[in-house]
Amino acid sequence: MEAVKPVVDFEDRLEERAFSPLSHISAKYALLVAVLLVFIGLGVYAYQTQFREGLVVTGMRDRISWGLYVTMFVFFIGISMAGTLISAILRIAHAEWRLPITRMAEFVTVAALVIAPVFILLDMGQPTRLSNLFIFGRWQSPLTWDVFGLTTYLIGSAIYLYLALIPDLALCRDSKRLKSHPLKWLFKAFAVEWRGTHSQHHRLARTLGIFMIVIIPVAVSMHTVTSWIFAMTLREPWDSTMYAAYFVGGALYSGVGVLIILMAVLRKAFHLEEYFKLQHFKNLGYMLAAFSLIVMFFNVSEYVTEGFKLKGDMHLYLERMFVGPLAPYYWTYALSGMVLPALLVAIPATRRSIGFIVLAALLANIGMWIERYLIVVGGLSLPLQPYHPAIYSPTWVEWSLMAAGIAGFILLITLIVKIVPAVAVWEMLEHRKPKPVEEPVEELEQTRQPGLRVKLGSPFPEKPTPPVDGGRK
Amino acid sequence: MSRLGMVIDLKTCIACYACVVSCKVENGTPPTVFWAKVLEREEGKYPTARRIILPVLCNHCQDPPCLRVCPSGATTKREDGIVLVDAKKCVGCKACMTACPYDSRYFIKEIRGYFGEDLVPCERVSYQKHQEGVVEKCTFCVERVKKGLEPACVQVCPASCRHFGDLDDPNSEVSRLLKARLSFQLLPEIGTKPSVYYLT
Repeated sequence: MEAVKPVVDFEDRLEERAFSPLSHISAKYALLVAVLLVFIGLGVYAYQTQFREGLVVTGMRDRISWGLYVTMFVFFIGISMAGTLISAILRIAHAEWRLPITRMAEFVTVAALVIAPVFILLDMGQPTRLSNLFIFGRWQSPLTWDVFGLTTYLIGSAIYLYLALIPDLALCRDSKRLKSHPLKWLFKAFAVEWRGTHSQHHRLARTLGIFMIVIIPVAVSMHTVTSWIFAMTLREPWDSTMYAAYFVGGALYSGVGVLIILMAVLRKAFHLEEYFKLQHFKNLGYMLAAFSLIVMFFNVSEYVTEGFKLKGDMHLYLERMFVGPLAPYYWTYALSGMVLPALLVAIPATRRSIGFIVLAALLANIGMWIERYLIVVGGLSLPLQPYHPAIYSPTWVEWSLMAAGIAGFILLITLIVKIVPAVAVWEMLEHRKPKPVEEPVEELEQTRQPGLRVKLGSPFPEKPTPPVDGGRK
Repeated sequence: MSRLGMVIDLKTCIACYACVVSCKVENGTPPTVFWAKVLEREEGKYPTARRIILPVLCNHCQDPPCLRVCPSGATTKREDGIVLVDAKKCVGCKACMTACPYDSRYFIKEIRGYFGEDLVPCERVSYQKHQEGVVEKCTFCVERVKKGLEPACVQVCPASCRHFGDLDDPNSEVSRLLKARLSFQLLPEIGTKPSVYYLT
């Protein structure tokens, strides 16, 4: 780090905190990357084996033909909801406490959407024929909808992340702290001549405004078509009209969970305690609890209606899930994955500690992973013909690739927080009430930008103005 | 228009598994793949216990759920109702396997010999028809049907319980059997309209 001047005011401190991770690499960071690379290396080795030998090296057989890979796909798609929720839905709701965490939420979305389709490729028997989906593709297939949904969602989220990054890239480009940063050229190139002028702000605000509206239906439809891969079949456990809503609810739940975990990690690692306060954890914790109640509601609604009618083979399915061989999974999911996280947030004593909220988020995600496993494997294990229930046990190849997928997800986030600021500096700055003029005007010009609320509705100030009216003089 | 189908007489079936063997011989499928199977299960308790024997194969549904979900156009339905998989187009996503309510589809995980590392001469020939990493299923022995022959499992059945023919032709053997006897299809309530009927 060079040019360390005494950190005096909020803006300077924010810049210091946000930019300092970009300018040096600690030993711990290098170690983390190394460990992640080891896991990914293991995954590469496992995939090499799978590619050579075929899917016979996995535990997937004829009756249970989707296993850990599809579970992981659904899990990562679920996580991707984080960004949309925090940065689009809360942005529309003008929930200003979200400001420090929007950027991270968008990281989570993009990283999850990059990793998720990898698991589909892993699951394919003939991955080299992927082009057949486009050459001979049938648009009637729910899988094709998923391909298009995922592509749209990924591209949309990436653009959305990038747009909100532009002013920060410009800040990085102009910052004295990052004068000799090796990626200076990158900031310069991607800041696309951002000078923070009125018209640039206007255009960015409009584009972001359009994107945040558009990205919400795209995200919802993504989770919907993912659920339809299952719900469009005639398999009894999947044959539910509620699946789309269930998947969206589950996605919100696990997305918030991952965000809480990431927030806690970055808070510690980058010393962002000033920006990620207990209140942020509490607010996200409340959302976590609310979504866990929604998921609980879906569970009750699904299983009580099915359990009352016991149509077809459902009695066997429910018996296997509630008291049979799948019961340990189900009750772990239900009690420690739904009830306990909600309780941890609901009880004031535990809610006051960030540790407990993070624990709740962790439990929620473990629970949701089990839930996806139960949906995929539990659903397929139910025999529809006079068979015995099918069994499935993943092999080391699948476990290794699962670990590699998680490592890849963490690595993507680890890398991206070293390249661009993990908090949206410009958005936070522009929401700060401007101090009485004691700083030079040029600096203000650069850092202080019109508030978001102003951007959305009323005209923009040509120059920084006192915050009282917030509008044009 | 013709609609090829099969009628299986459960009254005469002796569960000899000749259909399973003939299918393996005719189609040369690798180990663990059985396009024709015989399911056996005991139901009830003494003194009303009974053994259920159900020879199964692809139902060649009129409205096949596997075809609906196929993303790559590998699954097709012929004019005569036979549902086929084009192995060259199949990407191995296995969506059709999860969609098939009869578990009639098989994923070719690996092609290995029945008799150790080296393939025996007949396997070397028959395995040319199969490839790894794709989904396959019963074809009603389409190559035989094209020549005007019956599927192998029908021809070989020693108890004459399998009958093959055009369900749309009122004078065909299968149609006459269905008219004369009580019959059922598997999971008729889910609307797949199977072309395989069972006489009881």
